[in-house]
Amino acid sequence: MNDKLIIGGHEFNSRFILGSGKFSLEKTNEVIKNGGVEIATLALRRANEGGSENILDYMPEGITLLPNTSGARNAEEAVRIARLARAVGCGDFVKIEVVHDSKYLLPDNYETVKATEILAKEGFIVMPYMYPDLNAARDMVNAGAAAVMPLAAPIGSNKGLATKDFIKILVDEIDVPIIVDAGIGRPSQACEAMEMGVDAIMANTAVATAADVGKMATAFRLAIEAGRLAYLAGLGRVLEYKGEASSPLTGFLRD
Amino acid sequence: MIKIDRTFSHMEYIEGMDITSHDIMDKVLKYREEYDYSKYTAADVKRALAQDNLDIEGFKALLSPAAFPFLEEMAAKAKHVTCQHFGNSVTMFTPLYIANYCENHCVYCGFNCYNRIKRAKLTQEEIEAELKAIAESGLQDILILTGESRHMSDVEYIGEAVKTAAKYFKQVGLEVYPLNVDEYKYIHECGADYVCVYQETYNTDKYETLHLRGHKRIFPYRFNAQERAILGGMRLVSFGALLGLDDFRRDALATGLHAYFLQKKYPHAEISFSPPRLRPIINDDTVNPSDVHEPQLLQVMTAYRLFMPFAVITISTRERAGFRDNVIGLCATKISAGVSVGVGGHVEEEKGDEQFDISDPRSVEEVHQAILDHGCQPVYNDYIRV
Repeated sequence: MNDKLIIGGHEFNSRFILGSGKFSLEKTNEVIKNGGVEIATLALRRANEGGSENILDYMPEGITLLPNTSGARNAEEAVRIARLARAVGCGDFVKIEVVHDSKYLLPDNYETVKATEILAKEGFIVMPYMYPDLNAARDMVNAGAAAVMPLAAPIGSNKGLATKDFIKILVDEIDVPIIVDAGIGRPSQACEAMEMGVDAIMANTAVATAADVGKMATAFRLAIEAGRLAYLAGLGRVLEYKGEASSPLTGFLRD
Repeated sequence: MIKIDRTFSHMEYIEGMDITSHDIMDKVLKYREEYDYSKYTAADVKRALAQDNLDIEGFKALLSPAAFPFLEEMAAKAKHVTCQHFGNSVTMFTPLYIANYCENHCVYCGFNCYNRIKRAKLTQEEIEAELKAIAESGLQDILILTGESRHMSDVEYIGEAVKTAAKYFKQVGLEVYPLNVDEYKYIHECGADYVCVYQETYNTDKYETLHLRGHKRIFPYRFNAQERAILGGMRLVSFGALLGLDDFRRDALATGLHAYFLQKKYPHAEISFSPPRLRPIINDDTVNPSDVHEPQLLQVMTAYRLFMPFAVITISTRERAGFRDNVIGLCATKISAGVSVGVGGHVEEEKGDEQFDISDPRSVEEVHQAILDHGCQPVYNDYIRV
């Protein structure tokens, strides 16, 4: 089946984007392999070039790196971190994270739009992490975003699709890939998001907090694939109210 | 016998000290004063443990004696929450004492100005040599410390040390006497991004009797140091009471609330806790923790974790290796390694005496291995200066 995820002109077979930095580096390879992962995010702040436990040293050959701007509190800082990421060889992809709330780590859509515009003009493939707001998503796309990454629930919370209705609006209205990022806690939630038409899932904590991270990566891969297939197959009708009335409610029209 | 210097009140500022709003301090002291931990019951603790986000009332319950039988449950929940927010990452750092001159008389501290210890202050060349030696161990996070003497270790001296540290380390922290906003701004521009200030105790009356002389006597100036640091551009501020000086439950409550209200006022401020207990010091064997044993310390640490899941919690070498190794990943997220608490000591012999006795002298490699042995991931760098 020719069902590619296309971001900024690059094609990917996998729709499972892996976060990193929350599980042992030595497990990276296993998780990537089991998850069929082709794109992995990493916080540039974790890079330790030439030093011990450098996350970049653990990324397997052929993986597309998606450095994030974790630590940025405004657009200017995000832009500087993105440029640093490119300078250390992380490529042109960048996930913008602008957070100036240390408690909930909720993204600042306004600053994110500004950073998106600057970085897209510099040739980055910009993937902004955002609060699922349609107006902000439109602004990001107009500013050059190659995808948008709405949060499903507060990061690390494993609470699932708390913002489901708003993500669905993005699915319906936004033409670039929608990648659900943050909050997905279990494979079934990833599957549910994919069923409703989301293009890809990013997960980290849900895998990192599992007793067996390798096995959980496999579970996510399967769930994401199942959800995608269900979406492509066209979900059967789910009746929302009781069953169908035996006497049609519109029968009187034929009387 | 040294008497309290009553020529100035410990609650009034001295000329030259920045005066900031007391809104947070007033709230924290009121909560501390009114905290009757004997009224909490097992039911209150269970309710607190069932909360998704622990509120202040829940935090009070978890610090109370009623929570003590629930230590295992608290630990289990703390471990889960720590993993959600930090994964299995444990950041490593080391402190470097560059001077131990002090103008304060804190009766419990080995550096106090009346304690006859070997005093020293490293030259900038010696500081650079120490920093180089530490950097060779692979560490990327350094905490620069001095004794509290503006006269012997002035802001320019500290600033120069920070500039040098920033050449060798990705993250530079500061643990010196409290500064004014413009001084924090200057030190931040020199390359430091985090500041640790210990309030010691939040009981103002007790505070007065423990801090007999020096600028440290001024309680509110010390209390507002973190706020001034944030206003000066620092990104992370650390809080801590020296547990065992006074009622540790009340001091732990005040520490948590100090951080809580500051973060609420400055949402971008990153928060860290350090939970030191009293340690024996040179020349005074009466200084020893009395009622804060390891289980009580763990109760405090897990309560901090559940109250502020996103906060860094640092475990120092005041505690033994076995305790430190078991609290990482459970509630602590940052650990010191290769520690010397005398002045210098990484290149050659220490030039000045230690502030306290350490209980875990392990090297960076040994702590690294211990982190791995506990199923955690050692992290050397988790910071990018922008």
